[in-house]
Amino acid sequence: MNDFDLVRKNLFRKPLRTILLTVSIFMAFLIFGMLTSLNVALNAASETGTSGNRLIVSNKINFTQPLPIAYVNRVATIEGVTGVTHQSWFGAYYQDQRKSRFVGFYVDPETYLNLYGDEVRLTEAEKKAFLSERTGVLVGKSLADLYGWKLGQTIPISSNIYVKPDGSRTWDMKITGIFTGAKPTDSTSAIYFHYDYVNETRTFGRDTIGNIAIRSASPDLNDRIAKVVDATFANSPAETSTVDEKTFARAFLKQAGDLNFIVSMVVAAAFTAILMIVSTTLVSAMRERTKEIGVMKTLGFSSPRVLRMVLGEALLLSTMGAVLGLGVSALILKGLAKSPAGAQFGDLSMAPVVAITGLMLAISLGLVTGAIPAVSALRMSIIDALNRR
Amino acid sequence: MSALIQLNNVTKNYRRGKEGIAIFDGLTMGIEEGDFVAIMGPSGSGKTTLLNLLGGTDRTDGGEIWFDGERIDGYSEGQLAAWRARSVGFIFQFYNLMPVLTAAQNVELPLMLTKLSPKKRRDNVETALKIVELSDRAKHKPKELSGGQQQRVAIARAIVSDPKLILADEPTGDLDRATANDILRTLQLLNKELGKTIVMVTHDPEAARFATRTLHLDKGRFVEAMA
Repeated sequence: MNDFDLVRKNLFRKPLRTILLTVSIFMAFLIFGMLTSLNVALNAASETGTSGNRLIVSNKINFTQPLPIAYVNRVATIEGVTGVTHQSWFGAYYQDQRKSRFVGFYVDPETYLNLYGDEVRLTEAEKKAFLSERTGVLVGKSLADLYGWKLGQTIPISSNIYVKPDGSRTWDMKITGIFTGAKPTDSTSAIYFHYDYVNETRTFGRDTIGNIAIRSASPDLNDRIAKVVDATFANSPAETSTVDEKTFARAFLKQAGDLNFIVSMVVAAAFTAILMIVSTTLVSAMRERTKEIGVMKTLGFSSPRVLRMVLGEALLLSTMGAVLGLGVSALILKGLAKSPAGAQFGDLSMAPVVAITGLMLAISLGLVTGAIPAVSALRMSIIDALNRR
Repeated sequence: MSALIQLNNVTKNYRRGKEGIAIFDGLTMGIEEGDFVAIMGPSGSGKTTLLNLLGGTDRTDGGEIWFDGERIDGYSEGQLAAWRARSVGFIFQFYNLMPVLTAAQNVELPLMLTKLSPKKRRDNVETALKIVELSDRAKHKPKELSGGQQQRVAIARAIVSDPKLILADEPTGDLDRATANDILRTLQLLNKELGKTIVMVTHDPEAARFATRTLHLDKGRFVEAMA
């Protein structure tokens, strides 16, 4: 028998109480694991493919408002601009709108691949096929794997925004390329297809685009180019707001609310509640054992050793709950990542930083909840402890 | 026999509210090695306080306490804990066993404070349980044992690290006569066969008869000593 055996036996002296406490901690860490991983995945997805020398021009009112396509050629003439393309949100889904939505942009194929060729990696043959096939679509590898799509296959892609003249919302598209990202970890849960194909067959919004992407000659020129672009379209029916690509990505994400703030608040609320419950329970559990602590000290266990054992119990409890919570959330995330719904969030998994932060949090939780009973055990005099009924 | 414990001019006061109460005011006594001393006296006479001072679980306000040639009253908390672990075995009225541990694990507790190998620890636990005739109950938890058996486990715990001194606070106070006599015979055996020095606080004159001498304490002073 060693100190750890004693800690373990004491912790499980009332199994129901320990199980209930573990479940409470488990729930807090499940929430932490799920929400934090989701947030990390969304942040990573928003950063994927962003570049320091690219700018995004969108409607000043809101990026969901369209811009006239004529803006593209005017932006291209601005000094310092070395490349221009445009992209428009399609509201894409495959078969079932609720279960299989994903990122879908209709783009100008040639200029788009010129600007985003590093992030949308294709073979030369795929690139050629995409440029020459009006109904061609490039699908990300993770989407292709998820739905079992093959090169050359024609797939029905629907829009939750646009309607065709016949009332249908579905465009048949031929897979001409399956792209990978610049890095293996980059999200490839997206599709890209021809602007012309959609523009010619949609019932509204003709000759408009979502936003314009600019490549500048140097990141140092970004501010100046942004000012010139916005000045060019000032006082027009569609004024612009030009920002660098990372800022745009973050703003896009913020449409869903300040996720970082929401996640922090929810996690903080869960942990505060758990902190109160666990501390109170441990204090009362330790009070029940006052006499035993007195006996241990009488037998010769030093006060610091007793303190370590009491803290050990709190640490073991919080670590058990945390490992279970983080483990289960990692499994759920793994399952979600394989589902169509999960594909919308990019590459969902528990990042090592989330797991490590979770374990650090568990240690802090253990130390904080164990502090009061441990210090009272440390200070407890043998005489007082043994005389307590 | 030489004095294992020597108290010289010990004073001990307690505060009750604003009032200070003197428990001992210059108490001097000696306990020889191999002695089996029963300490009797009315409630509040200072019996348990004396036992606490002898066991280093309470501190004097003045005077000296010597144990086996070492002066222990100036020891720090840590030094006292280490000294108790190697020199003193404790037996309580209500056994005070750990309910989550088996009899053998309870007996092993003091050995966690030693550097003995796991095998040596197991051997010592077996021997201690054999001495108190509880080998067959080694894997039982306290709630599965009778009061007498629990007290015998407590005795095994008190002797397992082979301390020179055993302090027993009303060891039979919670037991029926027959079981109490059993326990007292075991203590007598430890004293006679193993040479343990035993100091036992008791209210029970029957119990005191098992000791080699009895000290009567009243208002912090020994009033009578019987051989």
